[in-house]
Amino acid sequence: MAASDSALSPAQPRLDGPHSAGAAQKVALSPAVRPSGRSGRVKYALTVCLFLLPSAVPLACFTIYPMFSALWTSLHEWNLLSPMRWVGLDNYRHLLSDPATRRAFGNTIYYIVGYLPLVYIGGLGLALALNAAIPFRNFLRGVYFLPVVTSWIVVALVWRWLLNPSVGVVNQVLGLIGLDGPGWWTDPAWAMPSIILASAWKDLGFVMIILLAGLQAIPQDLYEAARVDGAGWWSRLRHVTWPMLSPTTFFVIVISLINGFQVFDQVYAMTGGGPAGASTVVVQQVYDLTFRYYQAGLASALSWLLFLVVLAVTVVQMAGQRRWVDYG
Amino acid sequence: MADQSRLKLSSRPGPAPTPVRFRRSRPTWKPILVLAVVLGALVMFFPFLWTLVTSVSPGAGLTATPKLIPDQLSWSAYLELFRNTPFARVTLNSLGLAVVVTGLQLTTSSMAAYVFSRLPFPGRGVVFACYLATMMVPMQVLMVPLFVQMRDLHLVDNYLGVVLPSMASAFGVFLLRQAMNSVPRELDEAARIDGAGHLRIFGRIVLPLVGPALATLTVFSFMSSWNAFLWPLVILRSPQLKTLPLALASMQGQYTTQWDVMMAGSVISILPMLAIYLFAQKYVIQGVASTGIK
Repeated sequence: MAASDSALSPAQPRLDGPHSAGAAQKVALSPAVRPSGRSGRVKYALTVCLFLLPSAVPLACFTIYPMFSALWTSLHEWNLLSPMRWVGLDNYRHLLSDPATRRAFGNTIYYIVGYLPLVYIGGLGLALALNAAIPFRNFLRGVYFLPVVTSWIVVALVWRWLLNPSVGVVNQVLGLIGLDGPGWWTDPAWAMPSIILASAWKDLGFVMIILLAGLQAIPQDLYEAARVDGAGWWSRLRHVTWPMLSPTTFFVIVISLINGFQVFDQVYAMTGGGPAGASTVVVQQVYDLTFRYYQAGLASALSWLLFLVVLAVTVVQMAGQRRWVDYG
Repeated sequence: MADQSRLKLSSRPGPAPTPVRFRRSRPTWKPILVLAVVLGALVMFFPFLWTLVTSVSPGAGLTATPKLIPDQLSWSAYLELFRNTPFARVTLNSLGLAVVVTGLQLTTSSMAAYVFSRLPFPGRGVVFACYLATMMVPMQVLMVPLFVQMRDLHLVDNYLGVVLPSMASAFGVFLLRQAMNSVPRELDEAARIDGAGHLRIFGRIVLPLVGPALATLTVFSFMSSWNAFLWPLVILRSPQLKTLPLALASMQGQYTTQWDVMMAGSVISILPMLAIYLFAQKYVIQGVASTGIK
């Protein structure tokens, strides 16, 4: 959207084109946006470069170049030290048949399936509640947003402590009501749920704020009209809020899926991928392959595989959005 | 708000507009809603409170769960942190890095945004699309080649290795361009008639008028640098260069059962971000919200 918009904009300030006498006169009075003389044009080009290069050079060197360099590396066997050895698509073949890859993708999908409904339903409920006229609304929004600005490492640390199997406060409280709390991050079966819980706590406020902005963009007269038609609370939610909010919902789901596939910090800090690989996600696997096993080719192939999966998922969502997203 | 306007409507003389429909339900669900949201906020806030409580309860985790209201406050965990670990050093490292990266991102992003908003040239749309595309590239794909690049440039275990890849922000360019597009072009025109060049129009007219967007970007850049983990983990090796998140992560091995010390570290790492957030809450929330809508 923004890109196409800017593609149009170069045509916009046509002050330099002598379309009318008035415009020409204006140009004569003030040097126009794009000057016409040769020295003027050189100076203009230099200005553009001066303003653009400080961001263009780092982006080209440290994002675009490494992106393709990773693709090249993924076709080689390489331990980061000795010369690369061309292996073609062997790395990809190896990954696709490796149970560790399957487990990493399986764990990542487990994470997404647990995390996404939790933050979306929770965030929507909160956004609806905090969009209503209730006291201390801004303060409450602030409290819910607080975990968003906290670092993953701190969140992971704090949740490891809250969910400590023996002296953690959650199991203590569960004990008070006669429940025997699980081993949380120390138990292979509970490691992923622990990570999901901590992640949902951190991201809830972010989803809430985005949905809140979407809710506030819905014209009030639609609700008035629905009320006049006798629509109750549920049917207004179902027939006004839901369709009008669908672009925002779409955005939240796309972003959450992209971030969900790239989950790493909280896994690294909470479980390190353990116990016994029970919470090893794809990026953890990339990290281990690179810095523990020095298999840069395999690691690059896995990261490209992840990128392609994310890209495919996003493209499928984009293609499918017409079925349910209502752009009005 | 809506209620008031309806009251006004119905008090107007003339045919009464069916006042039956919207009176009930409201009073009954509202207290329940408020109660639910407040309880939820308490649950959300509890981990922060518990972090603070634990940090002033010595021996937490070794012996037992700390009490919610400690018998006495003890700063021993903080003393331990600053005496026996390079925590002060690490905090300053993080602060310095965050300030430098934020400053660089503000500079490079606002300059690029000015081009995309004010200085047309052939192919500008394509260049802008490339900028946006870099936002979609996951850090994880870049990790291996970027590490090799930094190693070849001898920037491993060097702050430049952290700063260089994050000195430009496509998100920042996008955010500021949107803001600059809403600054009226007549203002530039007027300045140009007065003989001002682009540097002056940029610095004296456009930048001051996109203050809120700059504040948003400041918070976001600072936050992402202050909290950054994966890339600093890859690049920084020496203990004296480490940043706060790295130190916290490695403390887990050192203080496995001394939760009071670890929570004290967490409190210190939360505080600066909390201060900035409280200061700029309005902008942060607006900024997040504006990224969500077309």
